[in-house]
Amino acid sequence: MKIQTILAAGAMTVAAVAAQNAHAGAVLDGIKAKGFVQCGVNTGLPGFSAANAEGKWEGIDVDVCRAIAAAVLGDANSVQYTPLTAAQRFTALQSGEIDILSRNTTATTTRDAKLGLTFAGINYYDGQGFLVPKKLGVSSATELDGATVCVEPGTTTELNLADYFRAKGMSFEPVVIENINEATAAFFSGRCDVYTTDASGLASIRTTMAENPDDYAILPEIISKEPLGPVVAQGDEQWSDVARWSFLAMVEAEEFGVTSENVDKMKAESKNPGIQRLLGTSPGMGEALGLDEAWAYNIIKQVGNYGESYEKNVTAKLGLERGLNALWTDGGLQYAWPIR
Amino acid sequence: MSKPQNVPGDVRSKSLVDYLNDENVRAVLYQIIAIGLVILAGWYLVSNTLYNLEKQNISTGYGFLDLEASFEISETMIDYSAQSDYATALLVGLLNTVKVAVLGIILCTIIGTIFGVARLSSNWLVRKLATVYVETFRNIPVLLQLFFWYALIPAAFPHPRNAFEPLPGVLLTSRGTYLPVPVADNAYTLMGIAAIIALVAIYFIKKWATKRQDATGQPFPILITSIGIFVGLVLLAYLIGGAPTEMSIPALKGFNIQGGYNISPEFMAVLIGLTVYTSTYVAEVVRSGIQAVSSGQWEAADSLGIKRSVALRKVILPQSMRVAIPPLTNQYLNLTKNSSLAVAVGYPDLVSVSNTTMNQTGQAIEAISIFMSVYLGLSLLTSLFMNWFNKKMALVER
Repeated sequence: MKIQTILAAGAMTVAAVAAQNAHAGAVLDGIKAKGFVQCGVNTGLPGFSAANAEGKWEGIDVDVCRAIAAAVLGDANSVQYTPLTAAQRFTALQSGEIDILSRNTTATTTRDAKLGLTFAGINYYDGQGFLVPKKLGVSSATELDGATVCVEPGTTTELNLADYFRAKGMSFEPVVIENINEATAAFFSGRCDVYTTDASGLASIRTTMAENPDDYAILPEIISKEPLGPVVAQGDEQWSDVARWSFLAMVEAEEFGVTSENVDKMKAESKNPGIQRLLGTSPGMGEALGLDEAWAYNIIKQVGNYGESYEKNVTAKLGLERGLNALWTDGGLQYAWPIR
Repeated sequence: MSKPQNVPGDVRSKSLVDYLNDENVRAVLYQIIAIGLVILAGWYLVSNTLYNLEKQNISTGYGFLDLEASFEISETMIDYSAQSDYATALLVGLLNTVKVAVLGIILCTIIGTIFGVARLSSNWLVRKLATVYVETFRNIPVLLQLFFWYALIPAAFPHPRNAFEPLPGVLLTSRGTYLPVPVADNAYTLMGIAAIIALVAIYFIKKWATKRQDATGQPFPILITSIGIFVGLVLLAYLIGGAPTEMSIPALKGFNIQGGYNISPEFMAVLIGLTVYTSTYVAEVVRSGIQAVSSGQWEAADSLGIKRSVALRKVILPQSMRVAIPPLTNQYLNLTKNSSLAVAVGYPDLVSVSNTTMNQTGQAIEAISIFMSVYLGLSLLTSLFMNWFNKKMALVER
């Protein structure tokens, strides 16, 4: 009797726990319940995600997290940040430790299809380059045969590097260090001839971490395509929709010329049906996403549109122009899907 | 246990309740239930994990091991390139781990023994210096020590272009120490075989010498004979092999120094860090081992007229070994496990390569399961060896 009871209880426990499936909308419900978005960011890449002097996180990747928090909770500051190294990031997302990963992550086939991830948009179009000390006397990446190269492990950068040197029939010696601060320290101490990562990252390292930025040069070759964007775990389509459209709303706002400054005026006065849909004056979009109708208004009011975010973080801090990240109307690649 | 139910003439057949009240039946039953629950829990964890991975569209299985790794590794003991598969990459990492662990164990034993003996020295300065060494390095976390050594090495040595050359052909640079090595030749393989033959011969001669000494009391000059056999045989092999003299001398070429053998700063940092840290514990183990042998043993050896050096070697050390081996085993295991911290300073050990593999393929559970089993295997091997050694050293009770 007793034994049967124990066995039955055991079987029931197993069944009960196994039944705790994530259903569509689970992530969104979880965020509403706990009151904040858990966001995975870089451990320190100025312009993208880095803690400032007051310990506040800022950067173009951080703004994506803030935009989502504004859309879901109505408060851009309801974000908890988890700084992650390149090697830790996907495990953190897969295990559910973070709700969204916004950490200059390149979209690739393997990551999309095999790692159980969904890319929710591209917030920065980038490409891989090389940073060298000027005294090395190198003006092109094709002269790097035999060089020692510092690189972060577990990145597409590491793979592109091997591919590039193999394709050119050149050899190199890699020095792979997981923590970006340790890796750049090794480069600046002369352990490596070359540091390689995405061109934006190189600009960030050069301007913010080098003792004298003028002693270092970024070589002209861009050896890869690096579409960087926010990522969510696969299996909760509602959540990936929220993430995708929160980012697209920032781009759409820039296309319409809606900024954090004029958003209140636009909301009150604009007769443009596109802007009315975006800002919730004519309702429907918020409901479709399972959000408040003021979702996009909150994003623009509290975080700003894409151009503002780029200007504040990337242009001001790293001196990088819009380039590929200009709006499509200006010859760039940023193109918002219509919000309707 | 009797079988009353089979006894003819038993008036009453046993009911289920009687069985459950039988002490022996109960004992067995409880064990079965306990094992069942453990299996159930294990099955639940595995199936739940698989179910969740499946639901998240994360692929599972070890098939990725055959795929091309596509990343380079700076230090390899076997042939490896970006075209090799993940299995080879992991093997490279494993060998690097074993390399640093084995060298670390040997070095920390030597250094630890020296400092352990020094702590018992009658010389005040030697004693105090040894104490300072042990107390300093034992009390700083080993990860910080690794960072310290890794920051120190590139800063302490010059860029390859102005390499420091203390001996002809030996270059010290911020990118490692370069040593001249002989260019590969068949003669060296022959010398390796000769060395193995010599070791086997020495083993048998030693056995014979011990037997003879036990029987006749005549000591045999085993050390001189062994050295003679070893050097003689290896030298003979070298001459037979054609006495190659070609050396690979490191020299600056392009960005880096090419040729020779490079001991990288990453490897040096890990080796020095682990050796220094573990040697402090070994020193304490050695000291406690020596102090555990009662001074009566010294006096007894003295009264038998045994020389002090022989007494240390034949009387004291064998007894202190018995005390020291089990805690020494712990230290060796710790060193092997601590070698996984190498990833922090960029040494391509097993964890470093597994991390990269995990990240490129997304097979986190598989990669972790591989390196956890490898560490478990390495530790079990070390412990098996030390247990065997301990048994050999143990007091033979009559």
